[in-house]
Amino acid sequence: MNMKNEAGSKDVPATVREDSDLVQVLDAEGNVLPQASVPDISDRRLLELYETIKLARHFDQRAISFQRQGRLATYAPMTGQEGSQVATSLALAEQDWLFPTYREHAAKYAHGMDLTSLFEPLRGYREGYAIPDDVNVMPEYIPIATQVPQAMGMAWGHKLQGKTDTAVLCHLGDGATSEGDFHEGLNFAGVFDVPAVFVCNNNQWAISVPRERQTASETIAEKAQAYGIDGVRVDGLDPLAVYKVASEALEKARNPGPGELRPTLIESVQYRFGAHTTADDPSVYRDESEEEVWRDRDPVDRIETYLYNEGILDSDLESEIQDRIEQEVSEAIETAEQTETSPDNIVEHVYEDVPARLEEQRDELNRLREKYDDGAFSEVLE
Amino acid sequence: MSSTASTQTGQKAQSLTLVEAIQDGLYTEMSQDDTVVVLGEDVGKNGGVFRATDQLYEEFGEDRVIDTPLAEAGIIGASIGLAQTGMKPVPEMQFMGFMYPAFDQIVSHAARLRSRSQGQYSVPMVIRAPYGGGIRAPEHHSESKEAFFVHEPGLKVVSPSTPYDAKGLLAASIHDPDPVIFLEPKLIYRAFREDVPTKPYEVSLNEAAVRREGSDISVYTWGAMTRPALIAAENLSQSHGIDVEVIDLRTLSPLDIETITESFKKTGRAAIVHEAPKTGGLGAEIATTIQEEALVHQEAPIKRIAGFDAPMPLHSLEDYYLPQAVRIQDGIRETVDF
Ligand SMILES: Cc1ncc(C[n+]2csc(CCOP(=O)(O)OP(=O)(O)O)c2C)c(N)n1
Repeated sequence: MNMKNEAGSKDVPATVREDSDLVQVLDAEGNVLPQASVPDISDRRLLELYETIKLARHFDQRAISFQRQGRLATYAPMTGQEGSQVATSLALAEQDWLFPTYREHAAKYAHGMDLTSLFEPLRGYREGYAIPDDVNVMPEYIPIATQVPQAMGMAWGHKLQGKTDTAVLCHLGDGATSEGDFHEGLNFAGVFDVPAVFVCNNNQWAISVPRERQTASETIAEKAQAYGIDGVRVDGLDPLAVYKVASEALEKARNPGPGELRPTLIESVQYRFGAHTTADDPSVYRDESEEEVWRDRDPVDRIETYLYNEGILDSDLESEIQDRIEQEVSEAIETAEQTETSPDNIVEHVYEDVPARLEEQRDELNRLREKYDDGAFSEVLE
Repeated sequence: MSSTASTQTGQKAQSLTLVEAIQDGLYTEMSQDDTVVVLGEDVGKNGGVFRATDQLYEEFGEDRVIDTPLAEAGIIGASIGLAQTGMKPVPEMQFMGFMYPAFDQIVSHAARLRSRSQGQYSVPMVIRAPYGGGIRAPEHHSESKEAFFVHEPGLKVVSPSTPYDAKGLLAASIHDPDPVIFLEPKLIYRAFREDVPTKPYEVSLNEAAVRREGSDISVYTWGAMTRPALIAAENLSQSHGIDVEVIDLRTLSPLDIETITESFKKTGRAAIVHEAPKTGGLGAEIATTIQEEALVHQEAPIKRIAGFDAPMPLHSLEDYYLPQAVRIQDGIRETVDF
């Protein structure tokens, strides 16, 4: 396989092992590997995959630059991880559910969230956490691994109610595999054989702590075995391989063949190219040369090369797509910047009805706002 | 940030921020006692996400400044075990909002091993956690849930509001034979500097600090809220001639009931300022304590100026959630004018 150092010049990071268990379709450049089975996807769907990955890359760049301009608060970048995020979401059926983390911006978008709502929480507006009724996405999970048992529970609920056409896909990081919730969730998933797919986005780092400090297991996928569920390891920078593995796992979750298990743990082997968040400085804990090696396997370039090779994409279409993406992201941020909120929102949605005591607290605040102007409240607390 | 090297330059004091004073305190304690170990997520090579453990890894090595797997229950449970071997673990919880996975280890075990074993075993350790709002952080990064831990017998709970106190309280916490929850107000991690002695010293865990003397009303607070409380006191003294006494509790459990009541006996009025939600917050405990101890001195209802009984909003609204100087001033005036 080609994840190996084909040029022979740069050192291959220990995390990119030459192993037969890593599912791949494309080589590092984007050519189909000799033994690979290409997933059966229409050209239209392939272009959607491509466009969404490109959009994710552009979204990421814009978000980082808006953050630097002080227009967004702390942001968790996804460059390098877009291929896997988008491919897993496009593998979902509309009725399937998605449990995202704080880094799964593109996964949420690809499963139906609009871009504006992704920007809003970053501008400090909880309004963006609202999920439209027809979109099966949970609000992002920030506490690590907490979503795993919950995703299991939802899949279980569907199964208990005979809704086996609905699968649940749950994202987590490599760091998350250290938390108790991860083990409890996967253990339940195995015991109750639920229609859930857990995708560990192994980007090699949990802030400054490398994958080898999270687990002494050789791979994350092999942990599945201990819970009696299936484990698959896939090249997470190869969107076609991820799409293939995720679709198969989701299909099996909904419709297991004789003797097949519903749940799967997918280890999507990838790399976080940038900082953990805009508040983090990776140069303190890792070597830049490591990033370069992974850059050679960039998911955007690989899918692009593949589409050119297949004659599905040409330069006219490429620039048309690029223009559309830029416009869509600009419009979303402009709309998000016009979002307005009121301090009354602090008390909203804590309970179905605002309790009397909380109402009093809100009234007290409004009385003070009238007495002093709003500026008095934005004095820096120092 | 000022590196640990400056501790060795022979100066008597250095001007440090609160987070630098914590780093300096850790450095000082680790230099004196090699059973002291720091462990947690990102505390090693990265020097902590707030740089509180900066340079310690380089100075003391990976066996004393330990990057652990991402597992809070594991970190605290392991620390309880480490403490049984005579080590002094100082685990870091990256943010107070992420302490909950370790809650069971803290309240069911760290807090109770001494009483459960009838004094045979104890858990001397210091759990450090940045807490509080005001830094434009994402969800879960602004929690101020000190009341959970104050409610648990067997734990001590500490929160410094100045660099000097941060180093001295940390030293006292590390020397303490019981588990201490050391809550660091991250809003003022870098807000101001203060001279901090380079030599080791302790600030007692039994004493609240009178930050400003006054005769009209006692304001009780701690952590990051001490600053707006002092600003409010100053403003009121100038604009309305109200003489406010400001008490910084420093140790939230056990409370320094004597300083609290002595002040109230002098002023007869009290306001309590905290950023945690009002209901079930520490303010309720202080108000009741005052009434139990000094009811006959009371001249006005006791006022709580606190966060809402709602989750901390995202940053566009957090200024309205946290008690600001105007809100504190208003509450004080209402109490004084009663
Ligand atoms: C329970 C909990 N502990 C600590 C944190 C602080 N924190 C945020 S992200 C992170 C690292 C997560 O790493 P990983 O699971 O690999 O996901 P990645 O960020 O790399 O996508 C940590 C420690 C948290 N959010 N939740």
